[in-house]
Amino acid sequence: MTQWMNNQVRILDDNSLPRYMHFAEDFITYKFPEGTRVLYPNPPMAPIKNRRAAIRQALNNPEGGVDPLHAQLKAGMKITIAVDDISVPLPSMKKPDLRQDMLEIIVEQLIENGVEDFEIVVALALHRRMSEDEIRRMVGDKIFDAYYPHKLYNMDAEDPDAIATLGQTELGEDVQILQRAADSDMLIYLNINFVPMNGGYKSIGTGLAGYKGIRHHHNPETILKCKSYMDPKNSALYSSNERMGRFINEKLNVFHVETTINNKMYDDALMFLATPEDDWSPSEHMKFRSMQWALKKLPRKGKRALFHKIPADYGLIGVFAGETEAVHEKTLEKCWQQHAVKIKGQADVLVYGIPFASPYNVNSIMNPILVQVMALGYFFNMYRGKPVIKKDGTLIITHPCYDEFDPEHHPSYVEFFNRCLSETNNTQELRKWEHEFANNPNYIEMFRRGNAYHGVHPFYMWYWGENGRDHIGDVIVVGAENDHVPSRMGWRTAKTMDEALEMARETHGEHPEITMMHHPPFMVADVE
Amino acid sequence: MTDAQKTERKTAAFYDVDGTLISTNVIHAYAYYALNSPSMLDRVKRASKLVGSLPLYWVADQYDRKAFNDAFYGNYKGFTEDRLVIIGEEIFEKIIRPNIFEGAHSLIKNSKAQGHDQILITGAIDYITKPLADYFGVDHWVANRLEIKDGIATGRLMKPMIAGANKALWVRRYAEEHGYDLDGSFAYADSGSDIPLLSVVGNPCAVNPDFKLKTTARAYDWPVLNL
Repeated sequence: MTQWMNNQVRILDDNSLPRYMHFAEDFITYKFPEGTRVLYPNPPMAPIKNRRAAIRQALNNPEGGVDPLHAQLKAGMKITIAVDDISVPLPSMKKPDLRQDMLEIIVEQLIENGVEDFEIVVALALHRRMSEDEIRRMVGDKIFDAYYPHKLYNMDAEDPDAIATLGQTELGEDVQILQRAADSDMLIYLNINFVPMNGGYKSIGTGLAGYKGIRHHHNPETILKCKSYMDPKNSALYSSNERMGRFINEKLNVFHVETTINNKMYDDALMFLATPEDDWSPSEHMKFRSMQWALKKLPRKGKRALFHKIPADYGLIGVFAGETEAVHEKTLEKCWQQHAVKIKGQADVLVYGIPFASPYNVNSIMNPILVQVMALGYFFNMYRGKPVIKKDGTLIITHPCYDEFDPEHHPSYVEFFNRCLSETNNTQELRKWEHEFANNPNYIEMFRRGNAYHGVHPFYMWYWGENGRDHIGDVIVVGAENDHVPSRMGWRTAKTMDEALEMARETHGEHPEITMMHHPPFMVADVE
Repeated sequence: MTDAQKTERKTAAFYDVDGTLISTNVIHAYAYYALNSPSMLDRVKRASKLVGSLPLYWVADQYDRKAFNDAFYGNYKGFTEDRLVIIGEEIFEKIIRPNIFEGAHSLIKNSKAQGHDQILITGAIDYITKPLADYFGVDHWVANRLEIKDGIATGRLMKPMIAGANKALWVRRYAEEHGYDLDGSFAYADSGSDIPLLSVVGNPCAVNPDFKLKTTARAYDWPVLNL
């Protein structure tokens, strides 16, 4: 019988059933050896039933000793409302999106208080512009029809007139912010906290800045100093954003609204996917096998389109408003309640499946650079305390590593992969191209007028994996359909999980400590 | 050649003009000439001929840009050189300038900032291209030149005709003569007829592409811009 360490940690034995793993747009299953530890996400926390009432309550009872929003509003004020973009949550949430609820309530308050000069900006930083349909879905018909495109729009971090440099932090970091926000009497930031890395000073320090500001923390040195992106107190990335955010808050009146959502990624009918396989009912096993079979029959493009169209059934579990730090502290508390899974000890071998989506390929393709960032950036950093994997341990991931790119969303990724990574995968050597990519006029125009990520973005994705690369000794990818993608990443390949584990045993001995992180839905391991 | 020598070589951005930087084309420009002819009879004659020939031009353009040029530039026969210069400036102010793509300004500005020499290469005639080149402040430009005899256009183009594969040839020769590193250079064009031009540089870019160019750009992972 499988043993429970606690509710979300299972130690497998001979009788345990095979575990499933994401394999891009498919699933694969594998019966892990006895003693393998499998981590599952916590069950979704109960959602707040009346979301709108909770948002109003937060606006009227703000944190950090500031006045309620309505009490700060005066006729004639100039206000900028910034909202998180499509990268959170993942997948997109069922309608209405929380941003719609927040916007409708806040805009109503602005109008009631005689504020006419307000604009709503999608805080893109260097992310791609959202399409009209995507914005409409996010803000709802009422806000979209009333304000798009003149008072509701994507920010443009490459428009020299749209970005202000406010000064420098005590460490010489350029502090940039949207010019409209800098000129406003109040900046209201509406955030969705999906994982503990989101929100707080990062929302404004990064979300409303351009390349000149972001380069100060999106670099290998800062990344290497991060113990975990998910643990703001031990993240140099967050510290840099904190310095920038405090600098901004001294100059601007910022009113922050943060929401936390639970991890209910699936509908009730599929929620069994987030639970241990041993607990599934016979009909759920049947359902899973049918789904796996059907997916195998579908072409990849079809599966991708289908998956991106399925929204998640997320529920609101916390909403706080007011001063950034006070708000974020409360938000993080909720976030940890939802995501933290306590475990003892690190693993020699860590296994996880890589799904079809990352924050940077919503409605698009998970290209090789994004597979890398999910493996070594996001999933590796899903811990607090110590990494789940020991220093120089072996990471086994499952993904076909297809050589596919979206030319509209990721044009500079194509060049990065084929020109730069084919020459070297040494991060310091790769940096020599960063400036060229960041200033490539083609990529700038595609970013400004198309739906492309900024030219520098593939570099950031590569840097983002740097602390994982530094910590992990060996990465083995199971199921790669070619050699060149894993090779450029510096990964070894195995045809099967059996073969991958055998390769790992060559390094860690006959009986390595194996841990599998069974996500998504996401969890953050609290490692003692 | 060492890496240091390579990096010392100049780079350029070559731009096709019609459809790439501006939304008008050679036919609009000629229509303006035709409608501003001093004689009413000539105006009617030229305008009617232009309208009547539009299907032919379309077919010729689909078939071969050189064929189109041969057929089209005959329309200029009989214009005096003075008139071509004066009206060329008018065309720029009234037709071309308002139709410059919004993104063209920032594309050229960013490209200049990266140290690339700016070069226009267009099948339009030089009288129209010069004011645009001056406006963008480019380093060099090349356009088709009308043959002028005794101050009057013959309706023939002087060689080399700037069109299709000739644009690529011109760029290669120009780069060789002036020491440009084509691998580090950029080219921008909107039409399938400009695929040779785009193919000779290291950084080709399809701008507002037609179907043929878009298909090629997708096949070769060339960036596609919509200015």
